[in-house]
Amino acid sequence: MAIKPNKNDMPVQEAAVRAKNFSEVALGYSAEIAVAEADRCLNCKGRPCVEGCPVNVSIPEFISKIKQNDFEGAYNIISQSSSLPAVCGRVCPQETQCESKCTLGIKFEPVAIGRLERFVADYHNFNFNGKTVKPVLNGIKVAVVGSGPSGLACAGDLAKKGYKVTVFEALHEAGGVLVYGIPEFRLPKEIVKKEVDTLRQYGVEIQTNVVVGKTLTVDELFKKGFSAVFIGSGAGLPRFMGIKGEGLKGVYSANEFLTRANLMKAYEKDSQTPIMHAKNVAVVGGGNVAMDAARTALRLGAENVYIIYRRSMAELPARKEEVEHAEEEGVKFEILRNPIEILGYLNENDSRDTKNGFVTGIKLIKCELGEPDERGRRRPVEIEGSEYVLPVDSVIMAIGTSPNPLIKNTTAGLEVNKHGGIIVEEKTGATSKLGVFAGGDAVTGAATVILAMGAGKTAAKTIEEYLSKKGK
Amino acid sequence: MYKIVKKRLLNSTVTMMDVYAPLVAEKAQAGQFIILRVDENGERIPLTVAGFNRALGTVRIIFQIVGGTTMRLNEKKEGEFIRDFVGPLGNATKTENLKKVCIVGGGVGCAIALPVAQKFHDEGCEVHSIIGFRNKDLVILEDEFKSCSDKLTIVTDDGSYGQKGVVTLPLKQSIESGEKYDEVITIGPLIMMKFVVATTRPYNIPTTVSMNPIMIDGTGMCGGCRLTVGGKTAFACVDGPDFNGFDVDFDEAMARSNIYAEFEKTEREACCNLFKKEAK
Repeated sequence: MAIKPNKNDMPVQEAAVRAKNFSEVALGYSAEIAVAEADRCLNCKGRPCVEGCPVNVSIPEFISKIKQNDFEGAYNIISQSSSLPAVCGRVCPQETQCESKCTLGIKFEPVAIGRLERFVADYHNFNFNGKTVKPVLNGIKVAVVGSGPSGLACAGDLAKKGYKVTVFEALHEAGGVLVYGIPEFRLPKEIVKKEVDTLRQYGVEIQTNVVVGKTLTVDELFKKGFSAVFIGSGAGLPRFMGIKGEGLKGVYSANEFLTRANLMKAYEKDSQTPIMHAKNVAVVGGGNVAMDAARTALRLGAENVYIIYRRSMAELPARKEEVEHAEEEGVKFEILRNPIEILGYLNENDSRDTKNGFVTGIKLIKCELGEPDERGRRRPVEIEGSEYVLPVDSVIMAIGTSPNPLIKNTTAGLEVNKHGGIIVEEKTGATSKLGVFAGGDAVTGAATVILAMGAGKTAAKTIEEYLSKKGK
Repeated sequence: MYKIVKKRLLNSTVTMMDVYAPLVAEKAQAGQFIILRVDENGERIPLTVAGFNRALGTVRIIFQIVGGTTMRLNEKKEGEFIRDFVGPLGNATKTENLKKVCIVGGGVGCAIALPVAQKFHDEGCEVHSIIGFRNKDLVILEDEFKSCSDKLTIVTDDGSYGQKGVVTLPLKQSIESGEKYDEVITIGPLIMMKFVVATTRPYNIPTTVSMNPIMIDGTGMCGGCRLTVGGKTAFACVDGPDFNGFDVDFDEAMARSNIYAEFEKTEREACCNLFKKEAK
């Protein structure tokens, strides 16, 4: 049988429709399409895809199970390596990981591994009625700080080994960036809930409303009887550009804008959390977070949403699929532009004018690409005299974060680098403080869900070794 | 879920609650704040700690009923529960090495100023307190301030109680009469704090202000609480909430504080109608 050269298409909501709702954009494979896609896998000997996966999911093996219509069997294989398959199937950058190594990809399009993973996880989440077997507890307590991808991965692995794991979450809901950052239309919160519930069934306890570094310190966790602590507290303080007008009303960090929309559900009628429904929105930045913010702004009713990015389309750090989705939905790309000032309304004759202090526009300067910088990316060079004003009523800054100081400031002996990220031994996740391990954005700065998950898993392995040596 | 173990109406618009939150009570200090969410669809609002009892595991909040969320909170009865309650957040007010201070509180801000005054008092510092309200009916915590202040001045806008006028008048009088304050600590409406700072600036008396801007997470993640302090962006939740008053851009803070004025108006009306309906 000849191999189909292209991936089976992912059914999606039509762009014009989805740009106005918060339901998931990609609808997922049916069982039929999944089997057809699985049949494209060559089951080659080298298994290069597995190497491309940060958590080394046994990809050809789970795909073989799909071929045999044994979807639950496929799930069991994935769940040996991944604690959050329904999440990873949706948000992993497969095109630069597993799928980039696929042998089929040399000649044709690679196997749609991510879509298959998503199919298998969703199948399990909606069809599995059996009971999770709770591991026998070994009596050793481990604390996990933060319930984002790294924390959940670490907690899941340790719980399955019999450790009594307690996850401390600062917000009122578990999931970290999966619930406050990534929008509903890309990752339904119901999915995250299901994944978290699965971990609970393995015995993981989640305590919300506990800010480690404030409510409890790392040292106090040890005093409370935890034998090891994993820090997966995530990225921290949102960055601003330091240009004039960032204090104006209508200027958001992407973190704030997305948290209002996602965690607080400000887009729903009965939510008590306000959010600006701007007509014209500028999103500064070119990463996945910028795409998420832009597409959220559209769904909140914006007529024009602009991505402001200082380099060209080719350098956009966001996933290609996200950029395409954004373009299809009508997001406009103002590339090779740099913001130099945000302008606001001021009625000089009436200080009580309610419009005072709200954003009216963003002043941009055109750029061209110059010499490559130390990372090989061509540096944007501003073109003198090319300034112009783009009229907008909201500006969302999606230019990254700097590490959160709360844990560092309250944990003696925990070393951080000059950017404030926690220093760990990369292969193990061990920090400078005995019994304390770390991973995810708290270590690396803003990265991906799967890298954080990988770091959580690595640390779980190290913690297990550490605790068994310690003999407690 | 966090139990309301005690509720008391301090006046027609200000309510006090003691909430059972032992982890927060264990750590709370004057000047810090908590974030709460009344119910499942609720917004997260910051409230500065108005007191705590470590033995009972309770944290005291005192809030003014100004919008939908505080109306909903005020509907909760003693023995009922608040959905989420997290803290203590922000930094404690610095009280070390000060011999004589003046605490200037305005309105419900006095509730937050009180534990600060008490802390100074307990540490042996001479405390002068000036507390201001719109009128006699709105005066709160007079006895509590009396017991921790070496000198207490009460002012009301309309003169219905204490001296007539605003808090900056007795402050200026005290300074001019030769009182030497190591520091002035002011907590209250932004406009009041702005004028307190304007009063102390010519005399170069270090002045600390307690900022309470709009925020969501309270841990440094959202950046909604940012202020311009000394020309630089600062986050009230992790860098504050106390700041050197001389450096704070009050005009910007005041503008930012009403960003959701329209939404809040609608929320308040919706809430009023809802509670009226329920009362029938």
